Amino acid sequence: MEDLVAEKHVKYILSVEKKKDDFESLVLEHLRMNGAYWGLTTLDLLHKLGAVDPDEVISWMMECYHQDCRGFGGNIGHDPHLLYTLSAVQVLALFDRLDVLDIEKVSDYVAGLQNGDGSFSGDIWGETDTRFSYCAICCLSILHRLDKIDVEKAVNYIVSCKNLDGGFGSIPGGESHAGQIFCCVGALAITGSLHHVDRDLLGWWLCERQCKDGGLNGRPEKLTDVCYSWWVLSSLIMIDRVHWIDKDKLTRFILNCQDRENGGISDRPDNAVDVFHTYFGVAGLSLMEYPGLKSLDPAYALPVDVVNRIFFGKQRAPSLLAS
Amino acid sequence: MSSSDDDDERIPFIQRPEWSDVRPVPQDDGPHPIVPIAYHDDFRETMDYFRAVYLADERSRRALDLTTEAIGMNPANYTVWHFRRLVLEALNVDLHEERDFIDEIAVRNSKNYQIWHHRRWVAEKLGPQAADKELEFTMMILALDAKNYHAWSHRQWVLQSLGGWEKELDYCCKLLEDDIFNNSAWNQRYFVITRSPLLGGLQAMRDSEVSYTVEAILANPQNESPWRYLRGLYKGDTDLLVSDNQVSDVCLKVLKTNHNYIFALSLLLDLLCYGFQPSHELKRVVQFLGKTETDSSDANLATTICSILETVDPMRSNYWAWRKNNLPSQVC
Repeated sequence: MEDLVAEKHVKYILSVEKKKDDFESLVLEHLRMNGAYWGLTTLDLLHKLGAVDPDEVISWMMECYHQDCRGFGGNIGHDPHLLYTLSAVQVLALFDRLDVLDIEKVSDYVAGLQNGDGSFSGDIWGETDTRFSYCAICCLSILHRLDKIDVEKAVNYIVSCKNLDGGFGSIPGGESHAGQIFCCVGALAITGSLHHVDRDLLGWWLCERQCKDGGLNGRPEKLTDVCYSWWVLSSLIMIDRVHWIDKDKLTRFILNCQDRENGGISDRPDNAVDVFHTYFGVAGLSLMEYPGLKSLDPAYALPVDVVNRIFFGKQRAPSLLAS
Repeated sequence: MSSSDDDDERIPFIQRPEWSDVRPVPQDDGPHPIVPIAYHDDFRETMDYFRAVYLADERSRRALDLTTEAIGMNPANYTVWHFRRLVLEALNVDLHEERDFIDEIAVRNSKNYQIWHHRRWVAEKLGPQAADKELEFTMMILALDAKNYHAWSHRQWVLQSLGGWEKELDYCCKLLEDDIFNNSAWNQRYFVITRSPLLGGLQAMRDSEVSYTVEAILANPQNESPWRYLRGLYKGDTDLLVSDNQVSDVCLKVLKTNHNYIFALSLLLDLLCYGFQPSHELKRVVQFLGKTETDSSDANLATTICSILETVDPMRSNYWAWRKNNLPSQVC
């Protein structure tokens, strides 16, 4: 089997800094906060977080923070949004610098986005999606402020998005989709509500995502894509059914999506790489215990040692799969 | 990059007299950009002017036009969309015009979250009279990509909030005629028969839906969606699932073809676990498959099925092995 060209991926991520004038890059300006999370978490998984200066990152991040409403934008000068607030909190957790936050105010911002039916909006404009349920719950959990929301209502809303195939969609009745499933299962895991999941039924749906090329798709009859190595795999791990897929074949698929010359991972073999797929490919390999990588927590999408630090100082491993 | 005809004729903002009073604001990447991004001059200039009106909170017609240009260059920039909504509200613009604007840009950006969210915002404001146009719009997008998740979410929201259920089942039928493997269309079909106020609900629709689904299965037994749909029609009522002959019959029919029978076997396995008593014919067909596909011979039907599946669906052999080891005692 081909190897993971870890050094090349580190160089690729760090080189995004020095990227030439490129249209592809400029359209990502507004989601730089997500990009930072993907890039930095990948570096940490590859044991290279030390290549980045935390103070530089944090000073930029705090310029994305809105003093009035206390959320984070995707970049300096951008409006606050739940997606970027979660990424910011995750990055601060990576650096063990959550102390720079006014935790009460940030968690009030997040909690304020919960709607009457328990769902969450992404921002003041009201777009509702189970992705945002996950962002809010994950963020508040990291900040130890889950008590600021109505957890029961939040859980009930997520359960209302459960379909008869055991999967979850973005809204009630929405088609089951691996990305939405990760968000719902992750949120249920964090709130200790996994008993709402039919693990065998969902586990089967998830393992049916593996296709002949060894990769995973997100819905029946769709193409395989490296990012599903994260969403499907983390969901399977959270419900303790990951042994139902063929790990060797998936590993081979991910490794075939690498750009072995320039580093980075793409959605499928021989396509252009990006930081998003680089993160999900490395994350998927980590979940399958590929040698040389840090362990990744499937619910928080952060390295296990970071999650340990958040919840237990450095004392013992949390039992995140307790149902 | 959008390739509109205007690109060659674009006049830089610095040369436009109507913008001469504005000082553009450059992007502040912070002192040490960690993921700094290089820019094209046109884009840079447009965004510098956008930043100026945004910081000045100028909610004017020219600001609206500026957001149109910025969106044309980068439709994923959510801050531009936010500001556009503020300007639209301040100017009290006729939102029918806004809807036309979205029609134009949506086709090239059909997977863009911001555009769909903006569309919903406009539709909400226009109210129930907007239903037809919204259904037309999603139909247009789905004609290009029949599985577009955003389009389906929007369509479901339209039906539930604004109405328009009359032709939805027909629409699902048409999409499934185009592509019987379209899982989104199957999902929508389920959505319609369970939620439409115009149909009788799942109970009333079950028989006709079972017939429809069985036909789809027999045409392509390797199609995952109708098998899941079939189970869904019994909504967790395993007694009903077991007692309806149409369910076991379709499994038998597929098994007899000796081809693409994985889903048939898996449904039969579930039926057995729910207490289904198989006919002699079913047992015979499965045993025959068992002899041809596996080395082992096993009198137990459920165990035989698991063994066959371990062999013919090796990617999921761990799953089938687990099923074999977890058969209910009355089935062993």
